[in-house]
Amino acid sequence: MKKELKVPRIKDGTVIDHITAGNAVKVLHILGIPKTTSSTVSVAMNVKSKLGKKDIVKVENRELDTKEVDKIALIAPKATINIVRDYRVTKKHKVKLPDEIVGIVSCSNPTCVSNANEPVECRFKIISRDPPKIKCYYCEREPEDIADRII
Amino acid sequence: MIFKGKDIISIKDFSKKEINYILNYAEEMIPYANGENYKDILKGKVLSTLFFEPSTRTRLSFESSMNRLGGRVIGFADPSGTSQKKGESLADTIRMADSYSDAIVIRHPHEGAARLAAEFADSPVLNAGDGAGRHPTQCLLDLFTIRSEKKQIKNKNIVLLGDLKYGRTVHSLAYALALYGAKLTFVSPASLKMPNEVTNECKELGIDPFHTSSLEKTIKDADVLYVTRIQRERFPDAEEYNRVVGSYKINKSLLENAKENLIIMHPLPRVTEIHPEVDKTPHALYFKQAFNGVPVRMALLSLVMGGRL
Repeated sequence: MKKELKVPRIKDGTVIDHITAGNAVKVLHILGIPKTTSSTVSVAMNVKSKLGKKDIVKVENRELDTKEVDKIALIAPKATINIVRDYRVTKKHKVKLPDEIVGIVSCSNPTCVSNANEPVECRFKIISRDPPKIKCYYCEREPEDIADRII
Repeated sequence: MIFKGKDIISIKDFSKKEINYILNYAEEMIPYANGENYKDILKGKVLSTLFFEPSTRTRLSFESSMNRLGGRVIGFADPSGTSQKKGESLADTIRMADSYSDAIVIRHPHEGAARLAAEFADSPVLNAGDGAGRHPTQCLLDLFTIRSEKKQIKNKNIVLLGDLKYGRTVHSLAYALALYGAKLTFVSPASLKMPNEVTNECKELGIDPFHTSSLEKTIKDADVLYVTRIQRERFPDAEEYNRVVGSYKINKSLLENAKENLIIMHPLPRVTEIHPEVDKTPHALYFKQAFNGVPVRMALLSLVMGGRL
């Protein structure tokens, strides 16, 4: 049977593969898409693969930098980033969470000072990478569902 | 060991060695705390006490500590007379206090408020309780009390009782007791169980706490019974509060099954959880525990502001 690509190949840009199934939209949100790009963005959800279902995001004409994509590891710790130039993958790396994330996730504790009207951003320490577990720098609580707390 | 300029936000910021150093220094402070001796090692220093939530012991013992070391105190016990009412942020209030004083003590209803204060202040910040979060100076005085009475903390059977969900003192204390290798039992109504995060922290330190709702079964083996109040102010709704208030009552008949040298502690204020008839028994240690707040806070103020006996 002829193999058919669900999402067309891209000439230049970034392909984010192996996103935990169902989380592609949240990945777009973390990357600030569509606000941060006017190029074509393709999303494939629940794609069958050897390791079960996955989501894929392809962003054309934009090479995401490592720091930017590492945030994705919060909701898709197994994601891989492929930088494509002239239809070839020129760089490939697995996402890795930094030691601390600022301004990406809000604290689930309504009485945390970071949710009050103070001039600070939400700040979390990473305590486990896979599965991702984070702890609020201010109140030390650990949000149970990180994806729900992404700002 | 250098403490000058250090913030006291969470007991977890300190190693066991540092905690022992503070507790040993607090012992040296006892004759200065009860007025037998006087040395003005903090003369010329000013302490801000910013209490955005009510307090009796913590505020008075901090103020007493500063006065007994020759320093001066400014601050407020009720934020209604401050610019907070006009909508000023905590960050701005802290900036002001920082410019008026050499150290800041803060109690605030929001968890993490002291950590935030430390970000905006150059002077050391001492957390006097942040919402249902941490209360490290209470934790230190509790450790000081147990160590003084029981000589050691390791392997002692310590029962934490009451509101373990919202009670900030027990969160810091459970961690610190696990650090010292105490055997822990958590007794609470099912709806006020110790948060998983705290239990997991104890496990990481090699202590697997026993959880139960029955005090009667645990009292006979206990060396220390640490009682907490079910706090009305922490409950999101009155119905839940009414369901659990009065779950436990410590009275003489309960104590018939206890060890002779059991000590009963309470961060106070108490309401109905300990009957006044217990006050005169040798088990009652809560008033001495409250006094211990002074030498411990004297030691901390002296260390962070750079004065030394």
